[in-house]
Amino acid sequence: MKIEININNNIEIHEVEPRVTLLDFIRDNVGLKGTHAGCEHGVCGACTVLMNGEAVRSCLVLAVQSMGDKIITIEGVNSEDSESGLLNIIQDAFCEKHGLQCGYCTSGMILTAEALLKVNTSPTREEVREAISGNICRCTGYVQIVDSIMLAADRLSKRNTSPDKS
Amino acid sequence: MKPAPFNYERPKTLDAVCDFLAKNSNSLILAGGQSLLPMLSMRLSRPSLLIDVAHVKGFEEIKKIGNTINIGPMVRQSVALESSVLKNHLPLLIKALPFVGHPPIRVRGTLGGSLVQADPSGEIPLVAVTLGAVFHIRDGNDNIEILARDFFLGPMLTAMPSSGCLYKISFPVSKYSKIGCGFHEIASRKSDYAFASTAVQIEQNENGKIETISLGIGGALDYPQVINISGYNEKKINLKLLKELISEALLNIDFVGDFHASASYRKRVTIKLASRSFSDALKEIGYI
Amino acid sequence: MKREKFKFLSKDRVPSENSRFVSGKGNFVADIDRPNMLHVAILPCHEPAAIIKKIDFSKALELKGVVDIVTGDELLNAIKPLLNGLDTPHVKRYPLAIKRVRYAGEWVCAVVANSRAVAEDALEKISLELIKQEFVLDAEEALSDKSPNVHPDHGSNILLEKKFIWGEVEKDFDKSDHILNYTVKWGRNSTVPIETFGVVAEWNNIESILDVWASIQMPKFSDHIATVLGLKGNDVRVHFDVDVGGSYGVKRGIKHTILASYISRKLNRPIKFIEDRLENMRAGDAHGPERKFNVSLAFDNNGKINSMKMRALDNAGAYAGRAPFQLGKPIGAIVGPYKISSVEYEAISVTTNKAVQEAVRGFGQAPTNYALETGVDKVASYLKVDKLDLRKLNFIKASEFPYTIPSGSEYDSGDYLTVLEKVFKETNYKDLINKRDKLRKKGIMAGVGIASCLEPSGGNSSFEPLLNEKNKTTTWMESCQINVDALGDIIVKIHTTSSGQGHETLVSTIVGEILEVSPEKIRVSRPNSLESLPGNSPVGSRMAIMLGGAAARAADKIKSKIMEIAKFKFGVSKDNLIYKNASVISNDGNVLTWQQIIDLCHRQINELPSGMDPGLASFDIMQVPTGGKLPKNNKVHMYPCYSFEFHLVLITFDPVICKPNILSYTVGHDCGTVINPSIVTGMTYGGVAHGIGAALFEEFVYDENGQLMTQSFLDYLMPSSNEIPEIKIVKHCTPSPHTYFGQKGSGESGYLGAPAAISSAINDALNPLKLEVSSLPIRMHFVSDLIASHENNGKFKK
Ligand SMILES: Cc1cc2nc3c(=O)[nH]c(=O)nc-3n(C[C@H](O)[C@H](O)[C@H](O)COP(=O)(O)OP(=O)(O)OC[C@H]3O[C@@H](n4cnc5c(N)ncnc54)[C@H](O)[C@@H]3O)c2cc1C
Ligand code: FES
Ligand code: FES
Repeated sequence: MKIEININNNIEIHEVEPRVTLLDFIRDNVGLKGTHAGCEHGVCGACTVLMNGEAVRSCLVLAVQSMGDKIITIEGVNSEDSESGLLNIIQDAFCEKHGLQCGYCTSGMILTAEALLKVNTSPTREEVREAISGNICRCTGYVQIVDSIMLAADRLSKRNTSPDKS
Repeated sequence: MKPAPFNYERPKTLDAVCDFLAKNSNSLILAGGQSLLPMLSMRLSRPSLLIDVAHVKGFEEIKKIGNTINIGPMVRQSVALESSVLKNHLPLLIKALPFVGHPPIRVRGTLGGSLVQADPSGEIPLVAVTLGAVFHIRDGNDNIEILARDFFLGPMLTAMPSSGCLYKISFPVSKYSKIGCGFHEIASRKSDYAFASTAVQIEQNENGKIETISLGIGGALDYPQVINISGYNEKKINLKLLKELISEALLNIDFVGDFHASASYRKRVTIKLASRSFSDALKEIGYI
Repeated sequence: MKREKFKFLSKDRVPSENSRFVSGKGNFVADIDRPNMLHVAILPCHEPAAIIKKIDFSKALELKGVVDIVTGDELLNAIKPLLNGLDTPHVKRYPLAIKRVRYAGEWVCAVVANSRAVAEDALEKISLELIKQEFVLDAEEALSDKSPNVHPDHGSNILLEKKFIWGEVEKDFDKSDHILNYTVKWGRNSTVPIETFGVVAEWNNIESILDVWASIQMPKFSDHIATVLGLKGNDVRVHFDVDVGGSYGVKRGIKHTILASYISRKLNRPIKFIEDRLENMRAGDAHGPERKFNVSLAFDNNGKINSMKMRALDNAGAYAGRAPFQLGKPIGAIVGPYKISSVEYEAISVTTNKAVQEAVRGFGQAPTNYALETGVDKVASYLKVDKLDLRKLNFIKASEFPYTIPSGSEYDSGDYLTVLEKVFKETNYKDLINKRDKLRKKGIMAGVGIASCLEPSGGNSSFEPLLNEKNKTTTWMESCQINVDALGDIIVKIHTTSSGQGHETLVSTIVGEILEVSPEKIRVSRPNSLESLPGNSPVGSRMAIMLGGAAARAADKIKSKIMEIAKFKFGVSKDNLIYKNASVISNDGNVLTWQQIIDLCHRQINELPSGMDPGLASFDIMQVPTGGKLPKNNKVHMYPCYSFEFHLVLITFDPVICKPNILSYTVGHDCGTVINPSIVTGMTYGGVAHGIGAALFEEFVYDENGQLMTQSFLDYLMPSSNEIPEIKIVKHCTPSPHTYFGQKGSGESGYLGAPAAISSAINDALNPLKLEVSSLPIRMHFVSDLIASHENNGKFKK
């Protein structure tokens, strides 16, 4: 089947079998490898992408289902909201607070954080924990991930309230 | 872990859905896919056709008509959580929904999908049973109505005809002035499928008299069930009495046991959680 | 080097690897695509034991896109068995089952196809004809003569059975006031990285070279591949620039790699094999220890523990793997942080019809620590003394280092009491006990748990010759190369893959520290195995010590050359020169700048001392400090460094629901000089989380039919952010005398003590009821049922 999906603001047109998941479509058809497969049965969250602004698991969506939806992957996450041009505030905070080790769950964590901070600009640590509870990280024990997201939230709210947006 | 091949259709009307279902004996409806996709990927389910009902007209609506709340099967769990109609009239459902998986699951997962999936630990089936929901199903040209408590037959087993499509879920709106509810469950990790869950709704008339008490239990049995609590009418209700009544009502019920949680454990926990749910419900109506 | 003088070391600096991971630019094996590549899927057999009569794959081969199907019979004639390090010639392991399956899930054949999906389609068309065999799942049963043998030719299920007696055990038992016997069990769990194992293998028949990209953490990986496939060592090129998505010891993947490499050679096409989660959980050679301990402790009225007898029985699964050796490493810290003068240790490893074990974080140390710590709690409870006081009494004191334990290892340094004091400043023990008692008064089950233990680090393999006399290996090295290019920029090469430990940050920090160059300016490169010097990969918590050590020594060599040049240039002795900010300054005020040094080395050989080679490069191959001796009298000195950790937890739970709530978690951690604090802290948090998983949630459970019940993430439960508390880490630094900067290892920290601490807390909560749990994981229903049956017996009134 020929399908068209908006990924990171590009219209991707590819011929795929209906059985191809959005995860495999992004990785194999589009060639963006930043979205990772951890379990392929919906439990680990490594494959998380943004669909119309909300975090979803790309292994639990068929590519054909997402025709008409707007998908953002880790590669596109800084395009809408980039201060330095390279990394956005959340990515920067993950670097600074070392919210990762092996980096395998990281894309999913960052996109989940994106979705959270869009609707809750000043979450408590508990709210952050709840929001990322569907993303398993085996390396970090989550503490530095929560630190990263709290730092990002703080910076985002400061940026949003200060008149000078630099 | 890749699905076996299948075809895919995306009909826009219920008629078209039923047409596909009738013509393809090995077809399955795809709603949010949060239960179906893992089954497909593990090849535990092998349909030849998937009928995506996400774009069927009216399937995403939530409407109050008279004393009934009608919910389309494609209403996403995350949307339901934010619905003001549901917040006003079905607070028990609102209490239960945050226990369904994690936020990203609820963004895609639907109410209809969860009901037809009939996981013994499903929170939405439990609420449907507890509140006396009615499922409207189209099978070919036939419209069928099935009461929630007649719908669930066993783990992942329902009275759904193989070529049926759930197109509407109706919940009765309480006719009493005050309702109180409580929902508690316990799982190994916070968001796992529950070992035991309990849903309680209490209705009170304008004179402060308790008119109905509904208790549903899930997770601990093969399918969610309503437990008849009797013997509260005559006496003033208190938690101690309720706990006794619950224990009595559960006496002859067989609980499920596995390596995650033994049957005896599930039973004790059900009693404890039911008490907590009752306590919440009674507090909400100012009774205790 | 003096610590306070550090410029970059021990400073809060952002690890250099982070930016590529936060932008999705990691280079994981699944991301690697090669032209004309084929994919592999595996057919498992679901019987725990059977003889394979026939494999019919004719229908599968007819499927469009299917290229080949490989069976064990084919491999038997084409490759050698995998190496196992033990002297068990009849326990042979191949990537696919040969004639017999020995556990449910074992790989029977491999389908090669154009895509993974088509390969999976083909699996469904293969039929197996099997003759079912008797099987055994329990380790104790496997020991009995009546049990079926997993490997009939081997003649028994015993892979390893060795008894050590160190010191005057019987005498110490006789003279002690009390003896306490107990049994504890460590459930089969593992590290379960979020990335499964994966490999891409590409044979080039023109150049006779095998390229391998794999998510490995394994010593001597390319040697192993070459040996099994009958290739020369220099025919195998393993790419070390693959980012590994977590390993914590387990990512060995040798059978996967041999299989993919064999197929690639056969078909002359690149082969990609990324395990799916089911393949990984069922048969990825990725389970961890499953161990039963029978322990006796001999102690005096005052609490002094004199001697220990420990029998450790490990259920290795169907093949040898690394499991038996995981009984060996704990010998290096068999008495933990305590002065126990004699030990009897019996290590038994048996085969059963379960999946194969591989190395898991700590290499057997965490279960042993759990067994010992549980015993220390029991002694305290028996003597009715405080379990903290008992530990303090038995601790090796700071003044007693270096301290040689009965099994021959020499502990380098430590100051356990000071670590405890620091922890109590953060979380006061007495306050925690008071809090516990208040909660108990409200009807809540509450318990305080503690655990103190060691992390032997700087891994070598001296347990191998100890357990297998034919093995005479004493060398266990790591290496590093440095080149300063003609522009004066520094390239450091490391010769291993990384799985989140931050090796690039480690070496750039150290080289930057020594050469006084900003680490950001240093490029770290991870070449392939043909361009690498020998090393033994990040196992046994060794990289800070070994890779860090090799990098420091290589940097020193660069510095020495620079000093030689300066000496020659200024005509003064070395004592009159100092190296500062990447320049050399003489005491009479002459300065040789970095740019001048580069010019001299790269462009002006005529200005260099005669005979000196051009360029500015160095390398170092470093042997494990203090290692290198063979065992003597069944004793051996193992690792050079011993990090210390102390855990203090408060747990509460409802007596019916029994869901543990970790109210407070503090760890004191001393791993000597820290190279990068956020990396070490992160690993400790992660280790504690992993330990909480092992204590409460994680287990590979088999049912009575030998079927794995927990093969997906729906049943194998790893803690999520909701289950891990806010952990407080308290740091202390007792430098090691054996390492360059005084650093010790920290890759296993947290995990080594957390299971013991959690168990200690739950048992403390159960103590008023005189109940106890003695196996992990501690499931909620188990505790609840225990309390309920106690209530029913009328002993407990609430
Ligand atoms: C990690 C994870 C955790 C989860 N945790 C929970 C949890 O704690 N509690 C819980 O209740 N659920 C949980 N779920 C399941 C989730 O709630 C699912 O969304 C839900 O069960 C199914 O809804 P769906 O819309 O995704 O349905 P789908 O997966 O699309 O469909 C499920 C089944 O229903 C059928 N179906 C769907 N719609 C119709 C229709 N209109 N008419 C007829 N048949 C139909 C499909 O054919 C299929 O058989 C979890 C899922 C995951 C992956
Ligand atoms: S890969 Fe999608 S949730 Fe694990
Ligand atoms: S950083 Fe390795 S799994 Fe999260």
